[in-house]
Amino acid sequence: MSGGHSSYTPNTGIEKWIDARLPLPRLMYDSFVAYPVPRNLNYAYAFGGILALMLVSQILTGVVLAMHYAADTGLAFTSVEKIMRDVNSGWLLRYLHSNGASMFFLAVYVHIFRGLYYGSYKAPRELLWILGVIILLLMMATAFMGYVLPWGQMSFWGATVITGFFTAFPIIGDPIQQLLLGGFAVDNPTLNRFFSLHYLLPFMIAGVVVLHVWALHVTGQTNPTGIEVKSKTDTVAFTPYATVKDAFGLVLFFILFAYFVFYLPNYMGHPDNYIQADSLKTPAHIVPEWYFLPFYAMLRAITFNIGPINSKLGGVLIMFGSIAILFIVPWLDTSKVRSAVYRPWYKLFFWVFVANAIMLGWLGSRPAEGLYTLFSQVGTAYYFGFFVVLMPLLGLIETPRRLPNSITEAVLAKNKSGGQPAGIAAAPETKG
Amino acid sequence: MSAHDTTEPTRRDFLYIATGMAGVVGAGAFAWPFIDQMRPDASTLAVSSIEVDVSAVQPGMSLTVKWRGKPIFIRNRTPKEVEEAKAVELSQLKDPIARNANLPTDAQATDADRTASKDKENWLVMVGVCTHLGCIPLGQQGDFGGWFCPCHGSHYDTAGRVRKGPAPENLPIPPLSFISDTVIKIG
Repeated sequence: MSGGHSSYTPNTGIEKWIDARLPLPRLMYDSFVAYPVPRNLNYAYAFGGILALMLVSQILTGVVLAMHYAADTGLAFTSVEKIMRDVNSGWLLRYLHSNGASMFFLAVYVHIFRGLYYGSYKAPRELLWILGVIILLLMMATAFMGYVLPWGQMSFWGATVITGFFTAFPIIGDPIQQLLLGGFAVDNPTLNRFFSLHYLLPFMIAGVVVLHVWALHVTGQTNPTGIEVKSKTDTVAFTPYATVKDAFGLVLFFILFAYFVFYLPNYMGHPDNYIQADSLKTPAHIVPEWYFLPFYAMLRAITFNIGPINSKLGGVLIMFGSIAILFIVPWLDTSKVRSAVYRPWYKLFFWVFVANAIMLGWLGSRPAEGLYTLFSQVGTAYYFGFFVVLMPLLGLIETPRRLPNSITEAVLAKNKSGGQPAGIAAAPETKG
Repeated sequence: MSAHDTTEPTRRDFLYIATGMAGVVGAGAFAWPFIDQMRPDASTLAVSSIEVDVSAVQPGMSLTVKWRGKPIFIRNRTPKEVEEAKAVELSQLKDPIARNANLPTDAQATDADRTASKDKENWLVMVGVCTHLGCIPLGQQGDFGGWFCPCHGSHYDTAGRVRKGPAPENLPIPPLSFISDTVIKIG
């Protein structure tokens, strides 16, 4: 794709027969074999492929788990225990699914940080970025509803707190919450609809992923220099170069995944969720899953009224706003230089942003009191300040470093210090 | 003005508009049951009121019952708790509205307007759901000796009024009446 002509040539009779009727092999060949990718992609670029595999893994384990799960408040908790104890290999499938959710979010956060670092959201890739934010939102909804299904204490109270967000909105808030819950409190109708939607949403994610990859293949990938591909020497073929690199990154990632599944399967869970839901008893300390903690910290940071907006609505708006702001990032960044490699100030503030996000995550797991609240407020201010103040401002006042003329020049300059013969690096696709 | 300047609407124009309108109305009518089915169903809405015998609840004791899937706190307050609640000025309250379903919506959150009835000021009956995000507050805890929500740290006083923390409103009082000296009807 990417403007070039198709280089697919069907050789056998059956390939020619199919190509004349449904050129799917041609599409696959042009998209994942001959497709040119920048030659300087590093391992941060492997996470797109890792995420695709994680989605497939979650759908496979999820479909199988649904064969043994019962979405009824009287049966749900015991049906999950039955999966763990009685169903053959059930323990493995459930641990793959629950830890898979964590690994999915770990990968997506690395993927998003990579995009922020290398300026992947900038023109002409705005729609590509926006589709990614939509996928993130769908993932969050899916993960939240999935966490409710085991019907443990954290499931129940997490659902109560999160659907309670909507009651913050005046007038329409309570009717919206009742519409979501199908009642006045989290109960059987809630569990049933969450199960239905939890099964549906991953397929919607898959649909948006197709659009995401389509948009990617129209504009082409970015790369660590942020310079667009200018000539053939700037690129290598997707297969074998990117395929093998992605596959190696995937293997390392799956080793980490397997370590959690086999050695620390409940490390990222919460013991309270092994107690069946009790609508009359709130656990002493409600915390969401780790991947929601930074947003939870920002929700709780708003302990004061802002004009006519009370603290509860303020917290909810800040939390929704922390995701919503990602949609306009392509227009907040005023810099003409794409990659942080050539932006010394942006690079510094980017790493502070990463540290701040991790700090907010830690604060989200602490009780909402004393200094924790104060630090959450500072962290929330930096989170939003990074997007609405630093991004527009740095583009105007920062002096970027000199950009290389092309990807090839950047690679050669780097390899010269490594002592490689220039001829080999200049045309890797013609090697043996 | 000559007849050539304006084009008469044709039967085709009429058909386009009529078909389009029918499509929009049809799509709306088709979408409605999909949204409607999400609302609380008849069995959920059929909230029978409940009657609670509180004869065994001595001063300083509490009872929690379930109504509409939510916990209802019934507390027989000690004289000390009543005095503390009465001593609070309205200006000290984060939410000065009574939030009492048995009173006009603008009633003020004085202790008298929070209690179950005028001559039973020791009885406090409230929906035990934190007005912040719906957790169940813990009784006789927190900075004001009333209720404390462990989720996000909201403190309520001995009349169930929010005094500190992120909760925006006082704990609501459900519709209730004493049908005898010892039986409360809720709902």
